Amino acid sequence: MMSPHPAPPRISLKTALALQRMLRPDRMRYAFAAWLEATPVAYRLFTWWEEKIKGRLFGCRMCAQCALPSTAYACPETCPKELRNGPCGGVREDGGCEVYPELRCVWVIAYERAEQEGRVADLRRLQRPIDQRKWGQSSWVNYWLGRDEGLWE
Amino acid sequence: MSLRAALTERRFAVTAEIGPPRGANAEAIRRAARALRGWVDAANVTDNQGAMVRMASWAGSLIAMQEGVEPVMQLVCRDRNRMALQSDLLGAGALGIPNVLLLTGDHPKFGDHPDARGVFDLDSVQLVWMARTMRDDGRLLSGLELKPPPRWTIGAVENPFAPPLRYRAERLGKKVAAGADFVQTQYVFDLPRFGEWMQSVRELGLAERCAVLAGVGPIRSAKALDRMHQIPGIVIPDEVTNRLRGVPSDRFLDESIAICAEIVRALREIPGVAGVHVMAFGLEEAVPEILERAGLGRRPQAVAR
Repeated sequence: MMSPHPAPPRISLKTALALQRMLRPDRMRYAFAAWLEATPVAYRLFTWWEEKIKGRLFGCRMCAQCALPSTAYACPETCPKELRNGPCGGVREDGGCEVYPELRCVWVIAYERAEQEGRVADLRRLQRPIDQRKWGQSSWVNYWLGRDEGLWE
Repeated sequence: MSLRAALTERRFAVTAEIGPPRGANAEAIRRAARALRGWVDAANVTDNQGAMVRMASWAGSLIAMQEGVEPVMQLVCRDRNRMALQSDLLGAGALGIPNVLLLTGDHPKFGDHPDARGVFDLDSVQLVWMARTMRDDGRLLSGLELKPPPRWTIGAVENPFAPPLRYRAERLGKKVAAGADFVQTQYVFDLPRFGEWMQSVRELGLAERCAVLAGVGPIRSAKALDRMHQIPGIVIPDEVTNRLRGVPSDRFLDESIAICAEIVRALREIPGVAGVHVMAFGLEEAVPEILERAGLGRRPQAVAR
């Protein structure tokens, strides 16, 4: 298995936050997510589509427990050590990843984005260990069904 | 004297490092421990440091204890999932290992088994959090009850010199919130930058809640200096490099020890620095000299038990 590679997000934090507001959980989305889960073909199609979109925008690897809203929309699962609570001590002086020096550390990117939009406080949150059983599920379905509550403090 | 006592009494603490050998032999650890005994409050026993396979840190910790040196058992997330981490932490508690140091670990790419899978089930902050929950709440990560809970002090690490620099004190804040009692830093050669980081640490109110032990160490040779320049996360200012390059090779180590002692002296003056962590892998005999030159004598003797 290849180690994950740090992926710079393709959209600005502002745009991502606007999308986040549009996709907020509500009763309709809850019903839609519940229907998706009860309909395997639709769930597979939706998840395939989610993977395409989030993969392209954030380098998403489908951990299904999305940390993006709390990491300035730079995905920590693209860190080769999959660190969800901040950068390791090996970040190079130029901001390069320790493991892949030609790529920028995803946490350096996250911090710069957060700082620019005044959201550094987001990066202080303690991120709980993820549930390794959920890989490959739809994070949007989990989010709309309220299962992401408790991912961070 | 124990590390916990030094920290609670606010006495300037000294820790050092022992690297277990590649081989099933206790002698290397005994030798290092004997060189350090009486001079340090505790010594870290590293866990497959640099992603190189070595004797287990719990075994090394036990041997250090037999030699009268209090161990700090290092434990990395790279080689274990959350189950193995917890069972090793319980083992440390049962063996009477008084301190643990919890870290993510170097990536396998840099070690002797680059073909190994890095586990990274938890990160270092989550590991500290889990350990604190085990100790203070008597519960496993699963919520199941522990009887009796372990009692070690919990250590963590931080690198004040790696980007994003302005986030580094905040990141320590996360480890403190998660439960770190003390933190050891990466090598300090750049005192002004370390001073800035310490200022942020104090401003965030972390220095009172978590003892900061500044990392120091002598550089063995010109070759070792070149190697250290290559290691991501270690910053050696030109001033230090030039001073070391300016002396003949037979005086290199001596100069290096002098620089290390000067840095320790300077660190003692920085408010909030609770001690030093001397990393002198393979140079354990130099540790007493560094400490003496820095004005730190032998440790107070432990009261007879």
